[in-house]
Amino acid sequence: MTVFMVRRLMQSVVVLLVMSVIVFLGVFAIGNPVDILISPDADQMERERAIKALGLDLPIWEQYFVFLANAARGDLGRSFVFNEPALRLIFERMPATLELAGTAVVMSLVIGIPLGLYAGLRPQAATSKGIMAGSIVGFSLPTFWQGLMLIMVFAVMLGWLPSTGRGQVATFLGIKSSLFTSDGLAHVILPAFNLALGNAALIIRLTRAGVRESLLQDYVKFARAKGLSNQRVVGVHVFKNILIPLVTVIGLEIGGLIAFAVVTESIFAWPGMGKLIIDSINQLDRPVMVAYLMMIVLLFIAINLVVDILYSAIDPRVRLQDVKG
Amino acid sequence: MTAPLVTLVPPPKIETPFRRLVSEFMESPLAVVGLVVLTIILLVAIFAPLISPQNPYDLAKLDILDSRLQPGSKSMDGMTFWLGTDGQGRDMLSGIFYGLRTSLAVGVFSGICAMMVGMAAGLAAAYFGGRVETLIMRLVDLQLSFPTILIALILLAVLGQGIGKIILALVIVQWAYYARTIRGTALVERRREYVEAAVCLGLSKPRIIFGHILPNCMPPMIVIGTVQVASAIALEATLSFLGIGLPITEPSLGLLIANGFEYLLSGKYWISFFPGIALLVTIVSINLVGDQLRDVLNPRLRK
Amino acid sequence: MTIAKQTVGVALAAAFGLAAATATAQDLTVALGASVTSLDPHFHALGPNNNMAQHVFNNLIEQDANQRLVPGLATSWTAKGDDTWVIKLRSGVKFHDGSDFTAEDVVATIKRIAWVPNSPSAFTIYTKAIKNVAVVDPLTIELKTDGPYPLMPNDLSNFFIVSKKSVEAPTEDFNRLTAAIGTGPYKYVDYARGERIVMERNEAYWGNKPEWKKTTFRLITNPAARVAALLAGDVQMIEAVPTADIAKLKQNANITLAQAPSNRLIYLHMDHQKPVTPFITDKAGKPLDKNPLKDLRVRQALSKAINRDGIVERVMEGVGVPAGQLLADSFFGTSPNLKPEKYDPDGAKKLLADAGYPNGFTITLHGPNDRYINDGRIVQTVAQMWSRIGVEAKVEALPWATFASKASNQEFTIYLVGWGSGTGETSSTLRSLLATFNRDAGMGQANRGRYSNPELDKTLAEALKTVDEKKRGELLAKASEIGVRDVGIIPLHYEVSTWGLKKGLAYVGRAGQETLATEVTTAK
Repeated sequence: MTVFMVRRLMQSVVVLLVMSVIVFLGVFAIGNPVDILISPDADQMERERAIKALGLDLPIWEQYFVFLANAARGDLGRSFVFNEPALRLIFERMPATLELAGTAVVMSLVIGIPLGLYAGLRPQAATSKGIMAGSIVGFSLPTFWQGLMLIMVFAVMLGWLPSTGRGQVATFLGIKSSLFTSDGLAHVILPAFNLALGNAALIIRLTRAGVRESLLQDYVKFARAKGLSNQRVVGVHVFKNILIPLVTVIGLEIGGLIAFAVVTESIFAWPGMGKLIIDSINQLDRPVMVAYLMMIVLLFIAINLVVDILYSAIDPRVRLQDVKG
Repeated sequence: MTAPLVTLVPPPKIETPFRRLVSEFMESPLAVVGLVVLTIILLVAIFAPLISPQNPYDLAKLDILDSRLQPGSKSMDGMTFWLGTDGQGRDMLSGIFYGLRTSLAVGVFSGICAMMVGMAAGLAAAYFGGRVETLIMRLVDLQLSFPTILIALILLAVLGQGIGKIILALVIVQWAYYARTIRGTALVERRREYVEAAVCLGLSKPRIIFGHILPNCMPPMIVIGTVQVASAIALEATLSFLGIGLPITEPSLGLLIANGFEYLLSGKYWISFFPGIALLVTIVSINLVGDQLRDVLNPRLRK
Repeated sequence: MTIAKQTVGVALAAAFGLAAATATAQDLTVALGASVTSLDPHFHALGPNNNMAQHVFNNLIEQDANQRLVPGLATSWTAKGDDTWVIKLRSGVKFHDGSDFTAEDVVATIKRIAWVPNSPSAFTIYTKAIKNVAVVDPLTIELKTDGPYPLMPNDLSNFFIVSKKSVEAPTEDFNRLTAAIGTGPYKYVDYARGERIVMERNEAYWGNKPEWKKTTFRLITNPAARVAALLAGDVQMIEAVPTADIAKLKQNANITLAQAPSNRLIYLHMDHQKPVTPFITDKAGKPLDKNPLKDLRVRQALSKAINRDGIVERVMEGVGVPAGQLLADSFFGTSPNLKPEKYDPDGAKKLLADAGYPNGFTITLHGPNDRYINDGRIVQTVAQMWSRIGVEAKVEALPWATFASKASNQEFTIYLVGWGSGTGETSSTLRSLLATFNRDAGMGQANRGRYSNPELDKTLAEALKTVDEKKRGELLAKASEIGVRDVGIIPLHYEVSTWGLKKGLAYVGRAGQETLATEVTTAK
């Protein structure tokens, strides 16, 4: 186990390095940040000064080594746009994003698993077919369109929920979050639901597929033959079998929700990390992009690690040395 | 040792598996409806240039003075816009026909390519383990942490605009999903008795991977595949919405919806409503067919 | 779907009734469309940042709604001799911390502007003409320049005065609000980056006090979401109303709109320099042996082929003004003789034939798709119009992030872009877009097509030395005429900005496109 962890950690460092190189080259390919940031009124001299001030006058490889040297000391650079340390900008957005992603995951599980179980256990029922058809709609609507519709219906027409933004923040057990105030909860419902819909659809489908398959497996037949209650067969034996694909997908989706809820955060003016990365990309704010993506790599590596460990916990047939990769 | 082999591995395909497949497929009327609709959609997409009243990709054929006309209006030169026009004076009906063609091309090509790349990578990782697995899975990590928007923007800046580049971007984005999922499933399958049996029989590695493990990994792959074709189409719409998708003069369904999005609050519903419906019908029919195919192809659900 | 419905239902019930805002009549909530990246008024010369700073800080000279100069912290400004401006400062003005405003604060501000570290676009462009600041007495300063510099008052209207206590405060201290000490009508009370900025009225303000005790600026960058927030009553005012929604909002009994022509010209920029330009080919796709845009007749033809009324009417939905010169007619330095080019496809065809292109050519028009009002749609429409005169036009609309660098590297042949005159007169436009590129003289910095016309350069240089207002105006008008008649650029239209407000509020729209809570009043 320790060897496994240490090896993973070393591989992660390599992934981080590769990521930072790609971002440096990527930004270099897209354009010069100064062209985006400089006031149109600025003359050529001012442009040259700005390029120098941001360290963009050095050759790209030199810029990269300056970055590496600073990163080794824990300094991932200052934002070109905000003139604040990139990490500070990322961390100050994190609570809002975690609130949104967490709420969305819970919503999608609460919606997805029961519906998927139902559809899997009664595949021929009309309700099940309705669920399956409905779930298709869930991921075929573009999120921006669906988001605006939610705002139009629940905020503008019905006036039940606030249209955009994050609500009041309160502190509970030392954690600051808008989930602790009623105003905050009211604000999070629509964007979280917008994010949850697509994932709920995916979970419904995976659950149903897993259930249908496991019902035909020998061990389920055996469990039934043993006279176990239906509840126990479904709750323990069937449910366990659908967990592997479910855990994989949920793992992937959580990462995506945290890192790239870009469209939902834009439409709902949610001050999260997705909004930060799209703004940074649009303004070629390289320090923030590099720092952000390195954080996200770490996040995904951590998620994948947890997923792999969960595999072996859920299914004894998978051993950790199998997933040492 | 031979007994489990017979029950668990698909029987050798000597009879006509295709006929059996067809008859099993036909058991679900819903899937048949889906197939019919999908066939019609494919025909429309293929023959779009022949059946469209206007070539919506040719700027010379559009007139800005015809823009934002209601469904059923007549153009300056007497043509009827059955579904109205968009902000450029583009006939929505023709736009949808051509858009279907573009969207399907994007969805299907990127879906197939991503699935093949992802499947090969995932299976290789699961079967070979060791360094191969490490390399592939860390690549997956890297890929999943990389925002689609950034990939699309880099490709746009380096290669320019175009449908090929969008497909490339989507493949780069999506292969990792397949790779990760199939590896998860394959890890489990690899430990099953039938694989051990096959190894004992001295079958070659490729034969075990493709002949035995792969078919058993297919059900979740088809679920993800049908979902991913749909989400590729939706993702392309999102990229277009963010301004880094297809060229604006050659709209896909997604781009039509993204353009119509600007008119959603203005009462000009037809600009995004009709392409939205077309997208919905397409994706629903793909999934109806996909669902049934998955059940039919699943070796373990077979009676 | 039953469970899903229940979940949503429960959640909605929990939220029901909690959503109502607790705003009082004294409060105003405004939705902004573009990110405010810093509260440091000297860090980044950027519209949204200046827009915020304008609430909390003052300039020596202020611009009114039409960008005419009016007294701010300076009560008078006069040129003395050839190289000196004498500025009289307002007495009795206090900073938010209670200290008096004096000449020392001006000196400190000019020093700080040159000092601010890491600035991606510094305000030194507005202070560089000042060679020396002399404090005559606590309320009088003299600014020395190299030779006559008539634009000094315009420059003084473009940077904010901070307290001398903040002279060495880094940007972070302004973002933490500790250094954000101004003399303006509002004080910052809260800043949640990327989310909201909250201000409170400065009860000791020297000028007209704003009507709103507390003003919250919220950031809603998506235009549709901004409109929805206004419709839902979550905000009382929004900026940059999308043109598509204007007609419908006009019919809404709960909403009023405010509009104002802006100082922003949307125009086409052309490659005047390269002997062979990359994006013009013959119809078979082979490059032409010369650059047709060097021929005045071709430029005129491309301009005549554009139906500007059509663009304003159909693409901008009436919200825009067809352009015939560099700034709308009401601005300083414009020429009454310049009118928008008439739509004349036949004349355009003839000019093309005369120039030796009877069958036209193939051209790619580039443009941004996220920068100006309806930019992506305008480029398509222009291409459509060109195709009517036999110029087969392709369109490539790119995000600004990659467009800006490509334009700056002179990679395009012809592209759509905009220019807002920060000084509210034509010299800014002339020297940036049409003057011959000269790095050391600071001329033509945005003249990426490298248009060059010695006659225009001469007239402009003379204008820039002429302190006499009337005479300078005439010279600028003459330079405009030279540049526009030679089709140095192809003007399309002037943007008109639109604000949406809750019924019962009124706003005087501003040419600079700023959204100022100070100017929002309860309609009488």
